[in-house]
Amino acid sequence: MLEIKGLCAGIEEKEILRGIDLVVPQGEVHAIMGPNGSGKSTLSYVLAGREGYEVTAGTATFEGHDLLDMEPEQRAAAGLFLAFQYPVELPGVGNANFLRTALNSIRRARGEPELDAVAFLKMARLEIKRLAMADDMLKRNVNVGFSGGEKKRNEVLQMAILRPKLAILDETDSGLDIDALKIVADGVNASRGPDFSALVITHYQRLLDYIVPDRVHVLSAGRIIRSGGPELAHELEAHGYAGVVNEAA
Amino acid sequence: MSAIQPNALQLATTGFLARFEGNSGLRTDPIRRRAAETLRHIGLPTQREEAWHFTSLRPLAGIAFQGVHTTHDHGHDLLARMSGISGPRLVFVNGRHDTAVSEMPDFTTVGEPTLNEPDDAVSMLNTMFADDGAHIEIPPGVDAESILLVSLGVADGEPVAFHPRHRIQLHPGARLTLIDVSLGRGTYLNNPVFDIEVAEGATLVHLRLQDDATDAFHLSSVRANIAARGTYDSFALTLGARLARMEVHANLAGEHGAAHLNAAQLLGGVQHADFTTVVAHDAPSCASRQTVKNVLTGKSRGVFQGRIEVARIAQKTDGYQMNQALLLSPDAEIDSKPQLQIYADDVKCSHGATVGELDLDQLFYLRSRGISEPDARAILVRAFLAEALDPITHDQTRALMENAIEAWWQGRHI
Ligand SMILES: Nc1ncnc2c1ncn2[C@@H]1O[C@H](COP(=O)(O)OP(=O)(O)OP(=O)(O)O)[C@@H](O)[C@H]1O
Ligand SMILES: [Mg+2]
Repeated sequence: MLEIKGLCAGIEEKEILRGIDLVVPQGEVHAIMGPNGSGKSTLSYVLAGREGYEVTAGTATFEGHDLLDMEPEQRAAAGLFLAFQYPVELPGVGNANFLRTALNSIRRARGEPELDAVAFLKMARLEIKRLAMADDMLKRNVNVGFSGGEKKRNEVLQMAILRPKLAILDETDSGLDIDALKIVADGVNASRGPDFSALVITHYQRLLDYIVPDRVHVLSAGRIIRSGGPELAHELEAHGYAGVVNEAA
Repeated sequence: MSAIQPNALQLATTGFLARFEGNSGLRTDPIRRRAAETLRHIGLPTQREEAWHFTSLRPLAGIAFQGVHTTHDHGHDLLARMSGISGPRLVFVNGRHDTAVSEMPDFTTVGEPTLNEPDDAVSMLNTMFADDGAHIEIPPGVDAESILLVSLGVADGEPVAFHPRHRIQLHPGARLTLIDVSLGRGTYLNNPVFDIEVAEGATLVHLRLQDDATDAFHLSSVRANIAARGTYDSFALTLGARLARMEVHANLAGEHGAAHLNAAQLLGGVQHADFTTVVAHDAPSCASRQTVKNVLTGKSRGVFQGRIEVARIAQKTDGYQMNQALLLSPDAEIDSKPQLQIYADDVKCSHGATVGELDLDQLFYLRSRGISEPDARAILVRAFLAEALDPITHDQTRALMENAIEAWWQGRHI
């Protein structure tokens, strides 16, 4: 599904990713943990195609296609989704319109028929209910005036509607209350299956109690310094990164 | 400023004066004569004049505008764009009322206007030549709903100039939505003047779409007098003309009056559009609101000059002015000049300006959801304009404006 080999990337002169090797096989959920500033968001942005990063070495493929050669919208159409650590506010853009435009853009790119407003709203309302979100979320401008947790839920709503093959969740759990955390985890777990993979970036063991990952990776200073099973998250919780980083060094 | 500027302007001035002198019907009228004499002595304004610092009328030079009103082409096909707007309509073709396609509104007459002394260059030119226009007079307490006023410029041969003069009078408590659209093809000068009286407690909503031809010139002036508790609520969308200057002079003459002079200018190529306002707060407790949005592509240039004058007696004035520009090309330019002249001490007046490009984070967010780059740009431009369009409660006009913006975007963005 996702194969990253020796990926080095940075901003201007600054090297942030220093040789990432990571494979997420189809149907698996992997977690990435790591200290602040280690490059987790940078990795997710590079994979989603944000401008401004220079990839200096390495490759990233998605279902065998060269991800780094695709425009962000092509990556989305191919089935990649990034839930942003800091979702962007779009004043003047209605959430319902935004979601429908996104969904129909992806459907068009895949040669599927577009959804009309009625069919879309029906589907969106259902997802909103499942995520226990307020009904007026669809009417409001995208993320404008949303609380921290509401923004994160709105990311999950987008994921639910766009149905990606690979979801990168960048600290989607940060800012969520306990009930919301369960709902989000349930959402991810419900999608689990042979056609859904996820890369879950988090600082907290708690999320991984709900979404039990197949593998856990520790990212430090732009490299994956350790990988292991779900028990690695517990080890980190107990000893902190310091122990793991030192051990690797 | 280059040395050839006065010469070019002199040439343009001479052209207008020659046309005036050649028309025996016009030149005998004393008010027109005085306007012509003023033009002869001071000429068209140069950029040395403060009010015209950002806008040059030099492009008018060398174009021999004719005063003809009949063309083979009546431009009636252009009216198709207005099919979504119901209600009475007044159509002027090259400044002349066209009965064949008009549907006479109540309370309206058309014909030779009553002139008053002009006090700006745009009105001066109009005063010399104005020989037709609408006179709409809404009786006290009457809600006249909406009237569509269309100006078609059709220059199928020689360049033409027309100078309609419209008078809109709302008696106490009256209401009207005036939908004011100008369209056309060819090279022409559209130089309309609106004399507006909003009496006590009356409300005029003035929705304007300036989509004149690419080679056209648009020089318009509105003079609105607003009595106590009266409202002049205007929004002007500028899309057309190679050179446009819209002046709005609003005079808040009675307590609790309101003036909204909102505008959006969407420009491309080498277009130049200037929105110039003067709001005179001459009475206490009045409010004025001006939000001007510019979307500039190519080598276009947008200008907003807004002056707020608060007289000594105009305590509790609430004035707000905001000019925002989205520059979609490195060669586009915005000039913004707020001017506050405040002689009262208990007032709230603010102004601000922002200039920016499309936000890269917002663009990426949209694209990461599968939305193509051109669509993402269009969404963000529409979002930028939403604040200006949202207050338009007349649905048919709002749709007209949105369609016009969509067509502009499809045709001109880079
Ligand atoms: N635009 C930028 N300009 C300069 N430095 C940047 C930029 N973006 C990221 N960095 C730096 O790159 C490093 C990695 O940042 P990144 O956001 O990927 O960290 P992270 O692992 O996601 O951290 P956190 O856990 O705090 O979210 C940091 O040192 C950060 O300051
Ligand atoms: Mg991060």
